[in-house]
This record gives sequence, C-alpha cells and structure tokens, in this order.
Amino acid sequence: MPDRSCGWNAHSHGEPLVNPARIETYPEIVAADVIVIGAGPGGIAAATCAAERGLRVVVVDRGLDAGGQIWRRKLGGGVAPEAQPWLTRLAASGARLINETFVVDVRPDADGFEILAESAGRPLRVWAASIILATGARELFIPFDGWTLPGVMGIGGTQALLKSGASFAGKRVVIAGSGPLMLPVAASLADAGARLVLVAEQASRASVVRFAASLWKTPSLLVQAAKYRARFLTSTYATGTWVTAAHGVDTVTSVSMTDGRRTWREPTDVLCMGYGLVPNIEIARLIGCETRDGAIVVDSQQRTTVAHVLAVGEATGIGGAPLSLVEGEIAGISVGEQRPASRQLLRRRATLVASARRMLDVFAPRAELRSLPAAGTIVCRCEDVTYGAVQGAACARQAKLYTRVGMGPCQGRTCMPGLEFLLAWQADTVRSPVEPALVSVLSSEIADNATPSFLFNSSVGEAYQ
Amino acid sequence: MSQRPDAVVIGAGIVGAACAEALARAGRRVLILDASFAGGGTTAAGMGHLVAMDDSPAQLALTAYSTQLWTALVSELPSNVEYDACGTLWVAEDEEQMDAVREKQRTYADSGIDAETLSPAQLAEAEPHLRPGLAGALRVPGDAVIYPPNAALALVQRAVEKGAQLREGIRVDAIGPREVLAGSERISCDCVINAGGAQAPALTPGLPIVPRKGHLVITDRYPGFCRHQLVELGYLASAHTMTTESVAFNVQPRATGQLLIGSSRELVGWDASINRAIVRKMLDRALDFMPGLALTSAIRSWTGFRPATPDTLPLIGAWEEVPGLWIAAGHEGLGITTSLGTGQLIADLIVGQQPAIDPTPFAPARVLSTAGVH
Amino acid sequence: MTSRIVQFPITVVVDGERVQVPNGITVAAVLFNLGITAVRQSVSGQPRGPVCGMGVCFECRVTIDSRPHQRACLTAVADGMHIRTASHS
Repeated sequence: MPDRSCGWNAHSHGEPLVNPARIETYPEIVAADVIVIGAGPGGIAAATCAAERGLRVVVVDRGLDAGGQIWRRKLGGGVAPEAQPWLTRLAASGARLINETFVVDVRPDADGFEILAESAGRPLRVWAASIILATGARELFIPFDGWTLPGVMGIGGTQALLKSGASFAGKRVVIAGSGPLMLPVAASLADAGARLVLVAEQASRASVVRFAASLWKTPSLLVQAAKYRARFLTSTYATGTWVTAAHGVDTVTSVSMTDGRRTWREPTDVLCMGYGLVPNIEIARLIGCETRDGAIVVDSQQRTTVAHVLAVGEATGIGGAPLSLVEGEIAGISVGEQRPASRQLLRRRATLVASARRMLDVFAPRAELRSLPAAGTIVCRCEDVTYGAVQGAACARQAKLYTRVGMGPCQGRTCMPGLEFLLAWQADTVRSPVEPALVSVLSSEIADNATPSFLFNSSVGEAYQ
Repeated sequence: MSQRPDAVVIGAGIVGAACAEALARAGRRVLILDASFAGGGTTAAGMGHLVAMDDSPAQLALTAYSTQLWTALVSELPSNVEYDACGTLWVAEDEEQMDAVREKQRTYADSGIDAETLSPAQLAEAEPHLRPGLAGALRVPGDAVIYPPNAALALVQRAVEKGAQLREGIRVDAIGPREVLAGSERISCDCVINAGGAQAPALTPGLPIVPRKGHLVITDRYPGFCRHQLVELGYLASAHTMTTESVAFNVQPRATGQLLIGSSRELVGWDASINRAIVRKMLDRALDFMPGLALTSAIRSWTGFRPATPDTLPLIGAWEEVPGLWIAAGHEGLGITTSLGTGQLIADLIVGQQPAIDPTPFAPARVLSTAGVH
Repeated sequence: MTSRIVQFPITVVVDGERVQVPNGITVAAVLFNLGITAVRQSVSGQPRGPVCGMGVCFECRVTIDSRPHQRACLTAVADGMHIRTASHS
C-alpha cells in the first residue's frame, strides 16, 4: 500500500500549511442493538429507556456534550432543571454517548444497518439492528436585505453562542422573528446583561393573544411565558412587527423595523432573527422514510415507514421538549420489540401534539415576509447567489445547476427552507454524504478481520462475526 | 414556433445545444425540444473537461478539432461558463507508463497538439500535492475546464439569438419521417437530430448506446491545491474498454477552488443511487496520487450516465432508416469536449458543406453492419 | 463520555495574538468575545460570521491548526490551538 503520510502544503491565507500526521483510514467499529442519532431531549429519553431495558445503545451527537440545542449546557454553569434528572438517568442507564460525531451515510446490511459517521475527524462505523432518529430541528431563516452581515444571527444561534461562552454584557440586541423560542432567548440575554432594545414578534397581536388564551389548558406554559417576560420586562415586546433590513458595513449597526404601517430604525450591535423551526429530516430521507410537510411520518410507536427505524422529537414535527421526551420514552420502550406504549404516555403525547399544532398556526411566517428580499439580496450564503438570480427558475434543481444555489457545504439547509417559503420550491433528493465529511472518512474501509469495539460489558457483536 | 422549423433538435444537453447553435448559425430555423431543461441531464453530471484524447485516431481528430473550436469561442462565453485554461497532466506512475507518455507526446505533436513531457522534478513543481515517487507526466496546455450546465445554456442562447426556439418540458414520443410526435403535437420539419444522449435509443431503436454510470465527489474550496486537470494514464484503459466496473484517478480544480474527484465506470442500467463501495475505491485511487485529499472536506457526491457505444466513438451523421433523421449521440465521457465538433459536423453534413474532419468513423451506418445490433 | 467543563484558563493564538480563554469554551465564543464578528469571507469576499450556532450554516468556518473550513461553533478550544480568521490577511 502506498505511503499515505502527507505533508499537506495547501496554501491558505498566503501561507504554506503542513500536516505531517499519518492518516488512519481504518475506521473504528461499534456494534449495538440501537443507535440513537441525536442527544437532545428526544434522543436522551429514547436512549435512556432503551438502555434501561437492557438493550445495547449507542448515542451519537454532533455537539461537544449531550443536550442538543434546547438543553445545551451553559459554560461554567449547569443545564436546565428539567434536563438534569434525564442526564443522570442516561449516565446510569448503560447507554454509550459519542460526541463530536455526525452521521454521513446509512446503509442496510444483513443484520440491520451500517452507519458511517465522522467522529472528531475519524471514521466511525456503527452496526445496529435499529435506528432511532432524534435529529431535531434547525431555524427557518427568511432572507432580507443585510441579513448576511456579521452580528446578524439566529435566535437559537445566539442562545447557543451565549451558552457556549460568549459575553453579551452591554451589547444592544434586537430580536426579530417568530415563535416561542424568542422568549427564553430574550430572558437569557437580559440575564447576561445585554441591552434588549426590542423583541419583535411578527405574528399579529390578535394571534398572540388568542394563543395565550388557549394556554388555559396548560397553565404551566402560561406561567413559564410570564416568567420569561418578567426577566426582560424593561424591554419592549412588540407584536405584528418584523425586521425589513439590517444595515452596517462590516457588522450590523442598525436595523429597519416595521409594523406594517410605519418603518423606523433601531441602532443595535446584534440582531437575532429566525422564523420558527425546520425539522432535520435529511438522514430520514436518505434512509427512505416517508416524510410529509417536511417532517418524518411516524405511527403511535414512533416507527417510521422503514422497518427498524424509529423517529422522535422535533424531526417528526415541531413540538417542544416535553413532547420530545414523551416520544423518546415511547420509542425507547418499543424499539426492537414493538411493545406498545402506556395509555398514559399516549394521552400525554396527544395533548402536547395538539398544543404544538396550535402554536405552529399562530406563529406561521406572514405573507409580507415574501416581499422582503430584493433582487440583489443574497439567498444562498454558501455560494453568494442572489434572489434575482433564482427567482425565474422553473424548479429548485434547475436553479441549482445554473446558479449553484444550495450547492455549498450547508447543502441547502440554510437557504432552501426560506426559498420554499418564498418560491414554493420542492426539496431535492438527499444523497450521501448527508453532510460534508472528510475524504479520509468516505474512503475508509473495514479490514477483512475487523471486529467491533466492545463498548458494553456483555459480549457484543456475535451476530457480526 | 409559428413557422415550420427546418430542423428539430431533440435534447438540449450540450451536444444538442451545440448542434442547434451550429445549425442556427448556418441559417436554419431550429426548434430545440427537451424533456426537462437545457443542460439538466448527463451534461449536468459531467466534469466539464475539454481534453484532446488519443484512444484512436478518429477520437484524436474529433477532440483536437473540438478543443480548437472551444478556444476560439472563449471570448464570447459568459463568465458563468467558468472557462479555465488550466491544461491537463497525464500522470505516469512508472517508467513503462512514462514510455507511453513519450509516445503520447509524439502522437499529439503529429496532430498539432502542443504537449510536453515533465520529469518527476518538474511534475512536483507543477503539482506539489501529488505524492513523491511518480515517474513524470505529459502536460497538455491547450486543454481546459468549463462548467457544463451553463455551457449548454450559453450555446442554446446563442442559437436563440440566431432565431432558434427552445421548448422545455416537452418529451418527444416518436420520430417519424421528417417529423416528431410529442404528446398530441405532430411537428414536421426537414430534418430531425436525435441528440438524446443515453436515452437516444428510446427514440431510435437500434442505436447501440448504453448508459455507463459514473460517480463524482466535490470538495469544499481549497484554492491552489491543484492547478491542472490531473488524469492517470490508466484512465484510458478504464474509459475505453467496456469492463463491468472500473475506477481511475481524475481530479479537477474548479474555478471556485473546489476539487472535483472522479472517475468511475459501471454498467448497471439506470440505477442512479450512490454506490459507496465504488466511491470508496474511487477516493482510494485518488489518495494514491494525492494523499493530501484525505484532509479535504467532501461536500457532495452524485452520479451520471454516459452514453457509451461499443467502439467508443460517437454516432454523428444520417440514420438512413428514417428519412430526415440524423444522430448526434453516444459521446461517452467526451460529450462536453466534442459537442462543438459534433455540432459543426452535423451542420456541415446537413447543409452540404465539406466538414473540417473526416466524418466517416462516426457514421451511424457503421453500426448497422454489426451483427445482433439491428 | 460527557465532557466536563472545567474553567481553568488555557492559551490559544487568534490571528497571531495569544489569548487566555476558559477551557471548554467554543472557538466561536472566543472570537465573539474578542469583538471579531467577521470570522470569514464569503465566496465573493463579503464579511461573514456565525449564524446558526449548531454547525449547520457553515458561516463560522475558520482555519484551526492549519486546517481550513473548521466550524468554530462546534469546536472547543485546546491549549496551543492556532486560529486564523478572515481578519488575518
């Protein structure tokens, strides 16, 4: 075999780069009964319940720690109070968590599935009889003039940055977008010493009031909302208001806001924007699971349309952490043995699903947002493609080939949901690598006599020898 | 088109687009029909390598002629065609291959194609990321790289400027004598050009064109990592023998700085799914030549179907079986390069002008004498 | 395998400058705290910074220890890490 050690002298920023490391191309192999993809609330609950039943469970997550987005641990602090008991249970359950890992490809094999992942830059293979998809969701961005300026970030993105150690003390912040995510983020930023100039919800006042009224069934949610609001009480919370443009040269310095009648400017250091959540269904689509309205289709036991593949949480429909937990429990109980969930769990899920649907209706992006991007507004950030360049295309695929929209590293995750909103485009096919991966990972091969790593006390991998 | 077209071109891939452009330039009224959109089929999957290929004298003549036509057209191509005159390096792994390189240089020189041999030291300087220990290379500076979908679109637009009409989303159901049938439409004309690529046999049974699947992988941007289109000499064996499955080292720097990694060939019908085992072999082969690729981030992979003929030469010319029918299909992995030569040949043959190169080797009639084909 | 966030300071180098940062902080947070909002240039040279915070948008890419295209929001600091942003030209 030719010597693979390399001095990589690619030029970047005008200087030679050297990496003398020998590239290891043989992957680590892990065998398990269940692989849970994603360690947010849904994945944590699913992995915990499956492992407590005695199944050998591996959880993989792209983050540095378990928790996903909503349960992200704060640097130097703890996690949300509702997260701690689950994390303790997970740690005691016997499930094994592998962080800094993202799935690249999934293939059926004789005994189940072979999952190829990149884990801290190295190839990882997981052989599992069942898959539980807990891939969560990402923010929906709708482009507007200036949205690509540094300092313009997602609402959840800002929360992630804050929790991972960024200081917002003294910074002026405008939050403009939609959905219940805005309240906890506004509260966090206020606690962190940010000057919240304005929190603008694009849904109309009537919608928001109607929604608040409907929460009488779940008063705890109303109380929670009020508590969040109390933490930024000195800041204006406006409804029926949205951002039309961000201004600045190398960073955002002000934003234009409108309430549909008048438009005005707010100076700011940071703009948080986002219009709700989009389920991450790419791995599901790669596997061939049915999806509908952008979410994975599941039955009452969280099974997808592909045998031995289950899905929980936001990826099956946006519904918040409590719903993800319930669905995770249901999946953890039913995986492998198709045991039906308890009536109590099913009832809880039904209630939470119903309230989730109401929320989605209330906070749906308004039609005026479609007129925000101008012809010169960048819609594809990876490839700097403007709205004008893609507006006339007959379909997403044609626009992609002619303009390169969606062909960058994010593979359309940032631009396509916004373009679906603006132009009613349909999503394109998903192929591996389902997200960018090192060539060394894609070219990795299993040695003929390879055996899986023994992560579990019991002898694992008998079926694979 | 309100008036009867002189020529109907079926397929707005790069070959059909080139035929339409050449015919429109020759003063013919051209109607182009495509089932989806211009440049959206095999053209979209291709590497866009404009290359002089010497697997046979006829191929060399056609590719040399075509690369000259591309060079002449450069100044009129929009920037989104991303024409880059980076040249090709045919890389030799050992002295035996280096002998083949020297012979190749002589063959090219005889055909008027500029080519120089590079020693190992010169090769290392030309491409620092190739692994040490290679035997040298042949450098062909006249070769280039383009972005095929926009090239096809540019050719269509040139045709339209000269009076051609493009109708997309129209699937042709049948070709008759001097007419095509599409749905309930019957379009009559003087001549029909079947430029349907790998799907051409669906309209003209008897065409010995089969889909030959290829994979490609593209990386994130690493400007300067690679400066020429790099091809291993073994590519010739892979491309020009009809084995079931093969891979060959082929890496291209795109104008964006992304690295396009190929190549693979399989005969698996129309299965467009990614075959991870093939991708692994293809990447492995690439790592044999450029180990530094291991650390690059692969963003996407895709497949395409090359239209392959038994003798590796395209079918360009009249199809006597059907009055008025001309074939311009079967270009395997050279469709992007030879589109211009094909278009000009077809136009010359239809108009009755003397073609610049001998069209006989490409005559569709040659396949009719092959046993079992018809 | 859950990581323990310990807050003793470590040293990284950002665009040639040595900086003390708490262990466990992400590269994206370090850059934000240094006031570097434009961490990279887009393909047409526009200034860009982090957006999604979860490794999906790829707008926070920087060069870490000579490897380009590393997502700063997904990368925790390590002692001696060299970080280059678009500000270094």
